[in-house]
Amino acid sequence: MSIKVTKLNHIYDKGMPTEQAALTDVSFEINDGELVGIIGHTGSGKSTLLQHLNGLLKATSGSIEVGGVEITRPGVSMVEIRKRVGLVFQYPEYQLFEVNVAKDVAYGPRNLGLSEEEIDQRVREAIALVGLDYETVKDRSPFELSGGQKRAVAIAGVIAMRPEVLILDEPTAGLDPKAHKDILNMITEVHRRTGNIIILVSHNMGDIAEIADKVIVIDSGKVVTVGSPLEVFSQGELLKSVGLDLPPITEFCNALGIKDTVLDMEDAVGKIVDLIKE
Amino acid sequence: MIRDITLGQYYASDSLIHRLDPRVKIIATLLFIIELFIVDNFIGFAICAAVLAIVIAVSKVPLSFIMRGLKPVLFILFFTFALNIFMVKGEVLWSWKFLHITREGIQIAVFMAIRLVLLIIGSSMLTLATKPLSLTDGIERLLSPLAKFKFPSHEIAMMMTIALRFIPTLLEETDKIMKAQQARGADFESGGLLKRAKALIPVLVPLFVSAFRIAQDLAMAMEARCYRGGENRTRMHEMKLRKRDFIAFILMAAFLAIIIIEARMF
Amino acid sequence: MEKIITIENLTFEYTRVEDGAAIRALDNVNLEIDKGSFTAIIGKNGSGKSTLAKNLNGLLIPTSGTVFVDGYDTADDDSIWEIRQRAGMVFQNPDNQLVSSIVEDDVAFGPENLGIEPEEIRRRVDKALEEVNMGQYKQKAPHLLSGGQKQRIAIAGVVAMRPEIIIFDEPTAMLDPKGRKEIMKIIRELHEEGITVILITHFMEEVIEADRVIIMHEGKVLLDGTPYEVFSQADVIKKANLELPIMVELGQRLREKGINVPEGIIKEEEMVKALCQLKSQN
Repeated sequence: MSIKVTKLNHIYDKGMPTEQAALTDVSFEINDGELVGIIGHTGSGKSTLLQHLNGLLKATSGSIEVGGVEITRPGVSMVEIRKRVGLVFQYPEYQLFEVNVAKDVAYGPRNLGLSEEEIDQRVREAIALVGLDYETVKDRSPFELSGGQKRAVAIAGVIAMRPEVLILDEPTAGLDPKAHKDILNMITEVHRRTGNIIILVSHNMGDIAEIADKVIVIDSGKVVTVGSPLEVFSQGELLKSVGLDLPPITEFCNALGIKDTVLDMEDAVGKIVDLIKE
Repeated sequence: MIRDITLGQYYASDSLIHRLDPRVKIIATLLFIIELFIVDNFIGFAICAAVLAIVIAVSKVPLSFIMRGLKPVLFILFFTFALNIFMVKGEVLWSWKFLHITREGIQIAVFMAIRLVLLIIGSSMLTLATKPLSLTDGIERLLSPLAKFKFPSHEIAMMMTIALRFIPTLLEETDKIMKAQQARGADFESGGLLKRAKALIPVLVPLFVSAFRIAQDLAMAMEARCYRGGENRTRMHEMKLRKRDFIAFILMAAFLAIIIIEARMF
Repeated sequence: MEKIITIENLTFEYTRVEDGAAIRALDNVNLEIDKGSFTAIIGKNGSGKSTLAKNLNGLLIPTSGTVFVDGYDTADDDSIWEIRQRAGMVFQNPDNQLVSSIVEDDVAFGPENLGIEPEEIRRRVDKALEEVNMGQYKQKAPHLLSGGQKQRIAIAGVVAMRPEIIIFDEPTAMLDPKGRKEIMKIIRELHEEGITVILITHFMEEVIEADRVIIMHEGKVLLDGTPYEVFSQADVIKKANLELPIMVELGQRLREKGINVPEGIIKEEEMVKALCQLKSQN
């Protein structure tokens, strides 16, 4: 399973005076099992790109291939796309609506037309995967849960559809540090257990540096650069020019005059020890 | 996009009509509607149409913009026209089976159609040339004498202000929720009426939850900013009638007089 | 130092909707806030920090104990408007606190409620919008602005009421990094102008800007002091399920490796300086 986006273009209000290019010749590839971070400031076109990957928006031109199937081709059913690509929106807890957690998580699988046994099994599995205990939460109203738990339930609702690609749009926005860490750990855990592609959009450069295998930088609807976190975060000037920051620890090591790009605390400590003792 | 929807269809411009006091414009619109129902002959309608045309010309609102407002009501227009032309009894000009067209029917149908068109254009001029917020201010102040009789004029105006503020927010919210549920496989487009109505539950429940959350947050924010109803509240924009407003009043009075006299003469 | 807020034995309880149980959100809190100070309050969700904030301007009234704002008791109905004029509040969600569909009318809302003369309101609104760099957006509709811009309008709306204190209840939680920086810059400027700032936040890089840090935990004050004093107690902070500012964590790790950077360094510049000194000694 891999993703190949080729020359994707999207123009809002085509032919109207308000016409606006949201995506211009976006091309990139994602290999099987990669955890990919997409970064770009607000309004850079990230959200538009995500909605294309899930078929919510139609490309003006270009193609998206997911696991060898061209989902941009006319005639590909939405159900088919959504079986493959799951999209978790920002603040997903605002989409919860059922009387209890189990029913809410079952909403997606039910829309896929699965059997009751299959739905039940998937719901149990998804709730466990996001780090909640099925027996304790299944009958509780989703509106009674804590902020972090609500978000986990909303993510489970998409995971239960067993998408081969999971996309998360700022899954940690607005959470406290504890819940933030829980959600981040949950994402790496889901990635480890399923081995599927996960695409993560975040403003938190530290998080991206920590968990991503590959980073795609977007600005004004174009791909600015693609590479490993090390490759991308060693281009501090380029990132600044598109309004992005480096991870704080990377920034700090640069300020200290450490030549190599440092991405985490562990590495920073080692490099600083070398610097002092040399 | 959904955020482009503007309520009341305000057309930004700096014309004389735009600058008039909203209270003057509200009263003028009400008078105009009354006049349309006083008038019962072609000359009267021609005078009304001429006055309206002058107002439109002065307001600098493009005619195409105004005509767009007529489209949604074309059906009603056609329906009332048909109803009048066939239902009114009188001198029969043409008949087929149970359908009769009478001279009186034609006259009433044509008058009613003209009346409706002028009415719609006239009242849409009010919203086109007045900012929604000035309109609510104007209504509040026109109704304020009623406060003595415990009529909640300030509260009504406040509710309208808040509605204007949050309609775009709620539309955006609806758009977001619909997309999120679509990503979970919701289908809003196929199936019968019942199926479609059911498909909306996953949108409506979160939307109501959102609306309640907004209401709660907003109430708290308003309290924190010392809101305590209309009493002792001052306004940044004072409404003062200027020379142009008095001139407008005189013209309105003259117009009304002409219409009444004209209706009596013919 | 003049105290602008005095909190004595503040306990606050509310009834949980689901089961009707009484929940103690604040448990015998005693605090004094200096006039003109910049206090950051941190704590995980449910630690009572937001409840504490809402007790500071009479949005919530203590179950027991008292809160004095500039000498006024928040439980006294007659002085509630005096208190709310003096202690303004900016909330988390930028969308849900703006009342009007025109920016300048929204900023005027507070002063209008105070019954101020129209010309004076005009002056205050213009000045407040200049202070948050939103002067050119006077006639815009809030829903067309970015989150950071909306939050700046909300701040202007409070500033126009000429408060002594502004309580910021997680003002940057829903903003992107750019918006967050804009808001922090304005908070710093307001503090420099002499306004007493109380900032509730989750972001450590914002906390280190304050001159006093209060950590709330389970309805009680867990730690209270200068950032230096508070962040030297790394173990206590970690136990409360909170993060450490990145420089504090780095300092700790370096000391474990035998690099003797002084304790209590919280800012980047200080750490760079300390490390350069150590290097030149070697």
